[in-house]
Amino acid sequence: MAGSSADYIPHHLTHLKVGEGFWTLHVDTLFMTALLGVTFLWIFGAAARKATVGVPGRFQAFIELVVEFVDGQIKEVFHGDRSFLAPLALTIFVMVILMNTMDLIPIDLPGMIAGLAGAHYWRVLPSADLNTTFALSLTVFVLVIFYSIKAKGAGGYAHELFTAPFGANPALWIPNFILNLVELAAKPVSLAMRLFGNMYAGELVFMLIALLGFAWAGALADGSIFGFALGFLGQILMTAAWAIFHVLIILLQGFIFMVLTIVYISMAHEHH
Amino acid sequence: MTINATIIGQLLGFLVLVWFTWKFIWPPLLGAIEERQKKIAAGLAAADRGQKDLEEAKARAGDAMREARERAMQLVDQAQKRGNELIDEAKQTAVAEGERLVSAARAEVSTESARARDALRRDVAALALAGAGKVLGREVDAKAHADLLDQLAAELERG
Repeated sequence: MAGSSADYIPHHLTHLKVGEGFWTLHVDTLFMTALLGVTFLWIFGAAARKATVGVPGRFQAFIELVVEFVDGQIKEVFHGDRSFLAPLALTIFVMVILMNTMDLIPIDLPGMIAGLAGAHYWRVLPSADLNTTFALSLTVFVLVIFYSIKAKGAGGYAHELFTAPFGANPALWIPNFILNLVELAAKPVSLAMRLFGNMYAGELVFMLIALLGFAWAGALADGSIFGFALGFLGQILMTAAWAIFHVLIILLQGFIFMVLTIVYISMAHEHH
Repeated sequence: MTINATIIGQLLGFLVLVWFTWKFIWPPLLGAIEERQKKIAAGLAAADRGQKDLEEAKARAGDAMREARERAMQLVDQAQKRGNELIDEAKQTAVAEGERLVSAARAEVSTESARARDALRRDVAALALAGAGKVLGREVDAKAHADLLDQLAAELERG
């Protein structure tokens, strides 16, 4: 726990690190992602192992609901073989939601637990780490290029990069190529930055609300019961309100990331 | 807010998750869903078929009922007609028999009355003879007065 309100936010925005320079590892991000990844595989693996054709139980029905939802989203947009894209989309959808959900854990609780284990820092929200969001979006980026080459051939794709959208005139090759590069790069960057920005901001709002804790603690120390009550109730009400609103963002960001992945890969897959 | 080696770990971890989902989680789940969809579709089709069969069976049963009712009515009609015929026949037979009995009785009555008339005539003839004998004081010789007697008898017969 940080000592003062000035330290509080920077403290909560610091990762538990190992290593130096580029070769630094965010232990908290990696650990939480691994934990959530295992949770995801455990939940869906259990459903997959027990999947029967007969009447599904409540748990199986819920998992199948998610699976069918993802499959339906892809079916609408992508008219090719879904056998790889669908599990990819499911993984992105569920993992982003699971990671985002970590934001709903009371903000000081993970740090306290990590403190018991001897760690000074612990950011519990893996999707508020650019490394996580870029890891996801770069995978999508590589797949976009892979599907483009698969659909058009390496030559065809290179041809498209240099001749679309302005035309095949050699003078336009460079402008075409630059424009296509920007368009291509915009996809992973926007995917990663959107998720990161939303979750980072959400986390920050929780921290700002938590600063009220210093206010009412101070008011109590000064003997101002009114100030204490206002700060205390205000913190509870605002945290609850923001958490409830944040549930929407958590689900929406997972959905957006999944749908954009599907859309980008569908665009790559289409012939021009 | 910095990119560092964490991204490598996150990439590898994410790839493992995607690979595992691709190989072990998605196929059984979607397989079960699609298999169940097929089963439900088959079940619904079977239900439709059953419904249609039921309707056909109902229609057939209705036809059979109507036929049976018509047949029964025909039978009742026939039976009534036959019964009427039997009654008519019986009546005719009875009338004929009655007439026969009546005519037989009439014939017998006329025979009886003819016979009684003969007997009476004979008795009257005898009584006439006996009366005449008494009147004449002697025995009428039947042979001698045969002509007279015969004449008398003939008159009596006529009268």
